[in-house]
Amino acid sequence: MRVHVDAEKCQGHNRCYSLAPELFDVDDLGNAVELNDGNVPEGLEHKARLAVANCPEYAITITE
Amino acid sequence: MADNRHPPVTDFATDFDHTDPTWVNNPFPIWDELRATCPIAHSDRYGGTWLPVTHEHVSAIAYDTENFTSRAVVVSEVRPGPMDLPAPIGVAPPITSDPPFHAMARRLLLPAFAPRKVDALEPFTRQLCNDLLDALEGKDIVDAAVEYAQHIPLRVIAKMLGFPAEDADYFRHVIHLILEEGITVTEDDDERLVEGQALDAYFDNQIADHVANPRDDLTTFLLEAEPDGNKLMHEHVRGTMLLILVAGIDTTWSAIGSALWHLAHNPEDLKRLAAEPDLMPFAIEEMLRAYAPVTMARLVAQDVEIGGCPMKEGDWVLLPFPAANRDPEFFDRADEVIIDREENRHAAFGLGIHRCLGSNLARMELRVAVEEWVKRFPNFELADPSAVTWAAGQVRGPRSIPVRLPG
Ligand code: SF4
Repeated sequence: MRVHVDAEKCQGHNRCYSLAPELFDVDDLGNAVELNDGNVPEGLEHKARLAVANCPEYAITITE
Repeated sequence: MADNRHPPVTDFATDFDHTDPTWVNNPFPIWDELRATCPIAHSDRYGGTWLPVTHEHVSAIAYDTENFTSRAVVVSEVRPGPMDLPAPIGVAPPITSDPPFHAMARRLLLPAFAPRKVDALEPFTRQLCNDLLDALEGKDIVDAAVEYAQHIPLRVIAKMLGFPAEDADYFRHVIHLILEEGITVTEDDDERLVEGQALDAYFDNQIADHVANPRDDLTTFLLEAEPDGNKLMHEHVRGTMLLILVAGIDTTWSAIGSALWHLAHNPEDLKRLAAEPDLMPFAIEEMLRAYAPVTMARLVAQDVEIGGCPMKEGDWVLLPFPAANRDPEFFDRADEVIIDREENRHAAFGLGIHRCLGSNLARMELRVAVEEWVKRFPNFELADPSAVTWAAGQVRGPRSIPVRLPG
């Protein structure tokens, strides 16, 4: 599983970062970037789905 | 109280007023009814105002910065004239700015409110909450809004800006004037002018003090910033100070108050939260969804049709994010507070380019304030439900919450 943040859509709500700091980081402007090239380590799939389901801007996508 | 400029509303679909006592006390049934019958209402009040109540329409307008301008974001009888505000900057950049100036003004401030900066303020906030709680120990009935919630953002914002903590009363006064302007403005413009000049003088003093003694705070940061190779104009610095005071205090005070009010009369939720602290992040987001404090506003920049409604240049549009957050088309069981709700794309902090700049700070203050309160008083309760009062205007939250503390 991989996660991807669309930088055009992200407005820095930081919901993903607070729910899944293992998968996302934020830059100085508060915009999110995926860690580890977006690869979701085993066991963190639920957190990845949580991040998607809580991003108000629909900026995160998952590819299996 | 309704005065003759704000006669009581009898039909919210055709004559709504967001300062009407019915709305102030409980706006949810009004929005539910409109969503089912007239999802974009219109009122002639304030010279013509629209009210979308679905998530779909509220977000469409929030994203549409071409047809809707942020030059004024608080609905009042007075619209900004072409000479009043130097568009696209506005009086309080970047909230009152449009693209492209908006991006510069916002980029400048974002680092000050990024998660890592906010984390650094958490110990101060936690200590502050505990000092406030210490002062409540041993009392039977206390006001959770007046004696607790309101002090937290006042002190945090004063600390960020590097303003004296003792000036908190003055900030409260200024915020009230600005946010409840829609109801308190009288024809007596002289008085407003005097207040405005006093506030400018206050900011000028703080600026002079920081120029003489630079220190590690937001004021010094603004004074030294050179986003495009030049220092910010004096008015830009003052405008940003104004924005941070007005946007950072009432809003967070309201969010903390609403959360405590909810827990004070929902003992099952309180019990669960005290027993399962891991639920806190979800509970906090759910409180933000269900009791989002902030309704924004826009002015129509050019004639446009939204949802079949002909909006004319210069009309006001209220953007009730709290109503979008209760839209059953968008949220399951939208009218219930579910403290472990896992899927929650709420819009409490807005959507699009004007996403609340201070959302990380507000969220931290709310979480710490609720955590510390619940730890200290895991079984408090509402002392007198009828004594709870709510703020009127575009920021909604309880202004008095008498609660009984366990003896
Ligand atoms: S939750 Fe969405 S908008 Fe917020 S930082 Fe993450 S990707 Fe960006």
